[in-house]
This record gives sequence, C-alpha cells and structure tokens, in this order.
Amino acid sequence: MTDWPLLSLATFLPLVGAAFIFLFAQGGDAEADRNSKSVALMTTVLTFLVSLVIWVNFDNGTADFQFIERYAWLGGNIDYRMGVDGISMLFVVLTAFLMPICILASWKTITVRVREYMIAFLLLECMMIGVFCALDFVLFYLFFEGGLIPMFLIIGVWGGERRVYSSFKFFLYTLLGSVLLLLALIYMYFEAGTTDIPTLMAHGFTAEAQTWLWLAFFASFAVKMPMWPVHTWLPDAHVEAPTAGSVILAGVLLKMGGYGFLRFSLPMLPLASDLFVPLIFTLSVVAVIYTSLVALMQEDMKKLIAYSSVAHMGFVTIGIFTFNTQGIEGGIFQMLSHGIVSAALFLCVGVVYDRIHSREIARYGGLVNRMPLYAFTFMVFMLASVGLPGTAGFVGEILILVGVYQVNTWVAALAALGVILGAAYMLWLYRRTVFGRLEKDDLKQIMDMDGREIAIFAPLVVLAILMGVYPAPFLDVMHVSVDHLIQQYQTAMQAAADGLPRLAAK
Amino acid sequence: MSFAHDYATAAPEIFLAIAAMGLLMLGVFRGNGSTRLLSWLAVLCFAITLIMVLRAPEASAVSFAGMYVADGFTAFAKALVLIASAAGLIMSLGYIKEEGMNRFEYPVLFVLATLGMLMMISANDLIALYMGIELQSLSLYVIAAFKRDSLRSTEAGLKYFVLGALSSGMLLYGCSLIYGFTGATGFDAIATAMRGQEHASIGLIVGIVFLCAGLAFKVSAVPFHMWTPDVYEGAPTPVTAFFAIAPKVAGLALFMRALIVPFLAISADWQQIIIVISVASMLLGAFAAIWQDNIKRLMAYSSIGHVGYALIGLAAGSAEGVRGVLIYLTIYVVMNIGTFACILCMRRRTGMVEGISDLAGLSKSSPLMALALAIFMFSMAGIPPLGGFFGKFYVFIAAVNAELYALAVIGVLSSVVGSFYYLRIIKIMYFDEPAEPFEGPMSFEMRAIIGVCGVFIVFFAFYTAPLVASAQIAASALIP
Repeated sequence: MTDWPLLSLATFLPLVGAAFIFLFAQGGDAEADRNSKSVALMTTVLTFLVSLVIWVNFDNGTADFQFIERYAWLGGNIDYRMGVDGISMLFVVLTAFLMPICILASWKTITVRVREYMIAFLLLECMMIGVFCALDFVLFYLFFEGGLIPMFLIIGVWGGERRVYSSFKFFLYTLLGSVLLLLALIYMYFEAGTTDIPTLMAHGFTAEAQTWLWLAFFASFAVKMPMWPVHTWLPDAHVEAPTAGSVILAGVLLKMGGYGFLRFSLPMLPLASDLFVPLIFTLSVVAVIYTSLVALMQEDMKKLIAYSSVAHMGFVTIGIFTFNTQGIEGGIFQMLSHGIVSAALFLCVGVVYDRIHSREIARYGGLVNRMPLYAFTFMVFMLASVGLPGTAGFVGEILILVGVYQVNTWVAALAALGVILGAAYMLWLYRRTVFGRLEKDDLKQIMDMDGREIAIFAPLVVLAILMGVYPAPFLDVMHVSVDHLIQQYQTAMQAAADGLPRLAAK
Repeated sequence: MSFAHDYATAAPEIFLAIAAMGLLMLGVFRGNGSTRLLSWLAVLCFAITLIMVLRAPEASAVSFAGMYVADGFTAFAKALVLIASAAGLIMSLGYIKEEGMNRFEYPVLFVLATLGMLMMISANDLIALYMGIELQSLSLYVIAAFKRDSLRSTEAGLKYFVLGALSSGMLLYGCSLIYGFTGATGFDAIATAMRGQEHASIGLIVGIVFLCAGLAFKVSAVPFHMWTPDVYEGAPTPVTAFFAIAPKVAGLALFMRALIVPFLAISADWQQIIIVISVASMLLGAFAAIWQDNIKRLMAYSSIGHVGYALIGLAAGSAEGVRGVLIYLTIYVVMNIGTFACILCMRRRTGMVEGISDLAGLSKSSPLMALALAIFMFSMAGIPPLGGFFGKFYVFIAAVNAELYALAVIGVLSSVVGSFYYLRIIKIMYFDEPAEPFEGPMSFEMRAIIGVCGVFIVFFAFYTAPLVASAQIAASALIP
C-alpha cells in the first residue's frame, strides 16, 4: 500500500472531483447544483479516507520523510517531490478532515453559483494539501500561493457586504508577503543548486545570508500566520467570508504560516531564527495581549473569534521559537487543536447566522432556552478555546507555557495573562449570546440544530474532547520529527559557537 | 560564402517576401471580396514559414557577408512571431468584416510587417537591423490607421508615425556613432573590436544610449512609452492585439542581440541603462494602469509593465537572462492573444465596447469567457500555478544570479501593485451585478483561440521543462 503515490492521490483527488463537476454538472439548474454538491462531498470524503490511510501507514519511529515521490519536473534540480514527516502529516489529515465538514456546512446556505462554489473549494483543498506534502520549494510555493485564487473568489463572490474590500485586502496582503519568499527561494536555489527541501535543510547558509532570507520568510509567514501588526486582513476576511470560507481560513490557511516557520525558518536558517527570537517573542506577546483586549470589545461574533485566532497564533509562534520539545510540540498541537476548535466556533456562528442573518452579539441572548443542543455544542468549543483542562485547547497551551518558561519567564507570565483574557472574552461572548433572558421576538421561534448540523458537529465535539483527554496519538506522530528538528538546530548553534559556520569550512 | 548558401539560410524570409507579393497580386485582381481568402492564405504562409524556420539546421549560420544570422535563438523568436502574427490575423477576421475594414491590403500588410520582424530577429548588422525595423514599422503605421474613416484610428496612425520616425532617427544616430567609434556595422565585427576592452569610450556610450532609446521606443519601454496608450486605444482592436504581441517579441529579440552580441564585453556600461528602463517600466506599468477605464488602454500599460519584466532578463546579461526573456515572451504572447480574443468578443448591438465596466457580471452571462479572461488576468498577475508565474520566475532567477537584488525586489513588489488592476477586472466580472450581456455567439475561431490559450496557461506547469530546455538552447546561441 505504501508504494502507492498516496500523497499525490490526496492532493489531486479534489482536482479530479473539480474537473468532474466542471465537465459534467452543467446546465445551471437545481439538479446540476445537487450533483455538484454530491460529487464535492464524495470527493472530500474519499480524500479524507486517503489521508487516514496515510496516517495508518505512517511510521512514528523515524524523522525521515515518508511516502516520498519524485519525478523530474522543471529540470535544473527542480523536481516534483512529495513527502511528509511528523510535522506535516497531521496537517494533511486536518485539512482533509475539515473539507467534508465545509461542504456539508454549505449544503443549504449556498444558493447561488453552487457549482462554481464547489469547484473553488475543491481547488482550494488541492492547494492546501499540496502545501503540506510538497518537498520541493518551488512546488511548495506553487501550492502556497495558488491557494490565493480560490480563496479570493470564495470571499469575493459568496461573501458579505464588504466582500470586495476584504477579498482584495486578503489577496494583496498575502501576495506581498509571498513574493519576497519567492526571491528568497530563488536565492537559496542559486546557493544550494537545488530546491529540494531536505537538501536545503542540511545546506547551512552563511550567517549574513540567513538574516536576509529569514526576513523574507518572515514577511511571508507572518502575514499568513497572521502575526501582529500584519494581522489586519484576517478579521476583515473572516467577517466577510461565507461560513465554510471562515472555517478553512481559520482551520487550515492560518496553519501555513506556522508550518512555514517549522519547515523552513527553523531548520534552514537556525542562526537567524535564534537571532530574531526577541522580535518573535515581542510581537507574539503583543498579539496575545493586545488582540485579546481587542476581542473583548467586539460587537461582531465572527470578528471576535477572528481576533481570538490571532491571539492563539501568537501562542503558536512563542512555542515554535522556544526551540525545545515542549514548546514546539505544543505549537504544533495548538495549531491542530485551533484548527478544530476555531473552525467549529465559526460553524457555531454559522448556525445562528443562517437562522437570524446577523452576526451582531447584541442581536442574540437566551438561546439556551430554545436551543439546548446548540448551547451545549457551543459550550464545548468555547471552553476548548479557553483551554479548559480536558479539552484540546489545554494541551497545546500548557505545553507552550512549559516550554517557554524554560526559556524566558517574562514571556511565559505575559502569555499566561493572555490565557486569562481569552477566558474573559470567550465566556463573555457565551454569556451574552446563549444565556440571559430570551427577549427578541424572532429568537422565540428559533429552531435547534437539525440532523445535518448535528452530523457536522458530532465529529468535531468528539475530537475536541479526545484531543484533550488522550493527546498521545497526535503527539507520538510528531515526537521524533520534532526531536530531529531540535537536534539540527542545536548542531547548527554549536557549530556557530565553535566559530566554524559550516559554509566557511568549504 | 556561396550565393546558394546565402539564400538557403534566409529561405523563410525570402519565401514570405514572395508570398506577400503574391498575395498582393491576388488581392489586386480579386478585389476586396477576397480578404477572407487572402487572410487564410496568409495564415497558411505563416505556417509554411514556421515549418521552414523550425526545420532549419540548428547550427548558427551567417550569410550575406555577416548581415544575416540564423541560429537557435532566431528560430525560437521567429516561431513566436509567426504564431503571434497568425493568431492576430485570425482574430481580425470577424472584426474587419463587421467594422467595414474589409480591404485586401490588410492581410498583405500583416505579412509585410511580419517579414520585417523576421528580418529584425535575424539582423546581425546595424544596417540590416534598421532595414528590418523600418519594414516592420512602416507596415504597422499603415495598419494602425487602417480604419481610415475613424478619427481615432487615423490619429493613432499619425501619432505612431511621427513618434516612430523620431525614434528611428535616434536609432540611426546611435548606429552612426557606433560605426564611427568602432569602425564597423556588423555585430561580430564590433564584438571583435570590443574584445579585451574594459570600458567603452564616451562616444560609443552615447551611441549605445541612442541605440537603446530607439529600441526602447519600439518595445514601448519607459521613458519612450508615451505613444503606447494612445495608439493602443485608437487603433482598431485586432491591430492593437497585433501590436501588443508580435512587435514586442521581435523588438526584444533584437534588443537582446544588438546589445549582447556586439557589446557583451562592456556589459557593465549598458546594464545600468537597461536596469533604469526596466524599473521605470515596471513601476509605470503597475501604477498607471490602476486608473484606467478603457481596457485597451489598460492593456497598453500592462504591456509596458511586462516589457519591464522581460528587460530584467536582459539586464542580467547572461544566458540565463536571455532564457528567462524567451520564456517570458512565450507566455506573454499566449496570455495576450487570449486576452485580446476576449476583448474582441466584447460586442453589443451598438458596436464594440471597450470599457472595463462593460465586463460587469460577465461570469453570469458568459461563464466560459469570464473564466478564460480570469485565468489570463491571474496569469498576468503572476499567480502560480498559471503560466505567468513561470515567466516571472525565470527572469527573477536570472536577476538573482546576476546579483541584481534591488532590481528583483522592485520587480516583485511592483508585481503586487500590478496584480491590483488585474484583480479589478476579475472583481468586475465575478463580484459585480451583470450589465447588458454581449452579443453572441462567439465565432468558432475566437472560441478556439481562447480555449487553446486558456488550456496552455492553466497546464503550463506540465510542460515547462521542454520549453525551458528549448529556450536554453536558443539562449546559448546568443551567449555561448
């Protein structure tokens, strides 16, 4: 089974589905719409199954890349290379897991241009999975930036009132970041003679080059992450995107920044990463505290969750740049759990938005009286987002705090402050929307979740609790790879301390 | 060099020259009713010439006492020009019939202009260079004013002619200075004279500057771009399409040969000129296009920007740079053919429309055309995995390898600015409420052209390698 090109299969299966819809679901009538939805759902479920096969066949005991595929592509040592290790594999599963949920969440809410919508989502899935599987820098860049096209269209065509502004902002911000990454990539290609990621990891660039390359990488990944102060595209994009778009944005696209730091900045540019730790810590702490305060003052539910995402991503960057096992594993775990939890929170907003067509917090109140099931679901994810022990959010946060405490107690203390603020805004949001008296007239008629919605939330609830109670299956996958990464980093630092940068030896 | 060898080397051009005259005769005898037939015959001639070009031996062959050269580089560029001309002519068919431009001179002028371009590409001497440029330019002046009852068209033709004549004058002045300071007009002879020299004399530099100014005008690079928006807007749309593709290829190919072959030894002296032109073109192309409402004007600024990117490769002054320019041009030609084919389909009952806002809601009224245009726009913005990205990728590789970091950074940043106006077109087509739909159905030729170009751009990642390889061979003919 493992000699199958599983990664390419997972990456390009959605593309096949999209082509199928494009070619066969024509006509523009209700039947074509229904067919496109079914094909999209089947494709995404199938992709998820493939990703599970990848997980089952994944060997936790090695830090090497697995499921390697390699074909000649552009020539000049730029090849089509795919492969995953313990850091990237779970992101593939996460992406494939969230996609069927997105399709289901859009089942009834998307009524115009259903066919194009499904094609856009399948294209997006192809690009996202490709990002995590690519083992060639050019290929990575192709997927990394290619994802902008479908997301731009999803926000712009199916978004809310200010969708044009938001889609442009999203596109231009992220493009501006990634073009500098492109130049860094070309420079590395020139230096190392290849764009093979494992080779580049072992290359050892000079300290000066590392600094510049790191800044170029930072421009790209910080925008994608998003880190304060380049986070402003995110609340706009989230608010205007359709529910499923927000889910993917929060669940997967934000993870590309963190993944980029882990895959490129840390192993390829260890000296510069070490040099810029104060910058990262400062920006992250500001993000954690400042955006939490901003979140407290939001009137719009989606915007509140968007700002909470920025704060959570601040935790992730702190964790990644601790360079110790707990911190990095915590960072990865936090990304995974945030992928589940914030995606679910956006779906929770979507549930009431579909009924009342408002995201304003003040429009709601007392929902628990009419929607007990919804109130329970919302509570689980709210608490997971706060980081209650026993939920997915807790594991990541505690690991990160433990990790950063060993490096810098001040950062740990300030980050912990962010946890408290996080509890404040989430609990307050919950209090204002779900509890209280049921006073609004239209809310008195509101219906609880139906079967489709329960089917969407059930797996998410299970995962949010499972990841909190028994995180071992997830941590085991990343353990060896993270250790390897840290070892690489320490070797490089040691070599630099000995005054013998590896390149100088040549 | 034997007489036969001379003619065998230049066989494609000789064939095309005879064909042009034959078509002219045919047109004179059969009248304007035969325009369509003549056009298809002209396309056939392009195809035959293309085969002749591609089947020519790969080794470099110089003939006519060093005036004319045929090698891998010329074959690549000529193939592009011929494909571009053929596509331009096919796209014109519907338009010239509808707009009363159905005169038999039209295809003949196309063939003559193309012949001039082939001569430019093969020119290996300052005199041959000038001859090719003039044959091309004079044909283009006439085609620009071809819609002679239209004020805009005649104005465009006149403007193009006056400014073109001025630039030709500068070019000639530059040539004469170069001749004066090197004692030769042949590129190879100048290269021999340059060998071993670190720096050029002041007089020669002035000559090179004038040469660059003249050539920059022909490819509409800043600061010699002023004519472009007006001529693009005023000329009949298929003529604009033709202007945007074929002469650019020929001009840039000539630009590369005229600087690299004779003056490679003193590349540091002309490199800075090209860098300035390139940066200015990219920035102007990116910023000025933002405020345009007319799609032809917008395409004019877009083409100025694209020339700026292509010139990055020339500024690198390396085989890699030349390779990058050739790849860039290939993709540029295809994107522009596709885009202009879409623009030519913007027709309402009242006639052709050119406003960007006329595209509103196109994704609902004609989804496939909107999809194709969106693909071309994303590609022009350089978003992977579409073709336009690879064009930029390869010129930036050349720039980084030549350590022109600042140029590369300005290039990528202006590409972000530029992407704004390409996105605006997509926004108008996809996000806005529909305007009145265009008159359908599209002719078969148009659908075929748009379809082929769209597929080429979308699947470019699959056959980049062979294209890069052949561009590599072509580039190594210029810089061994």
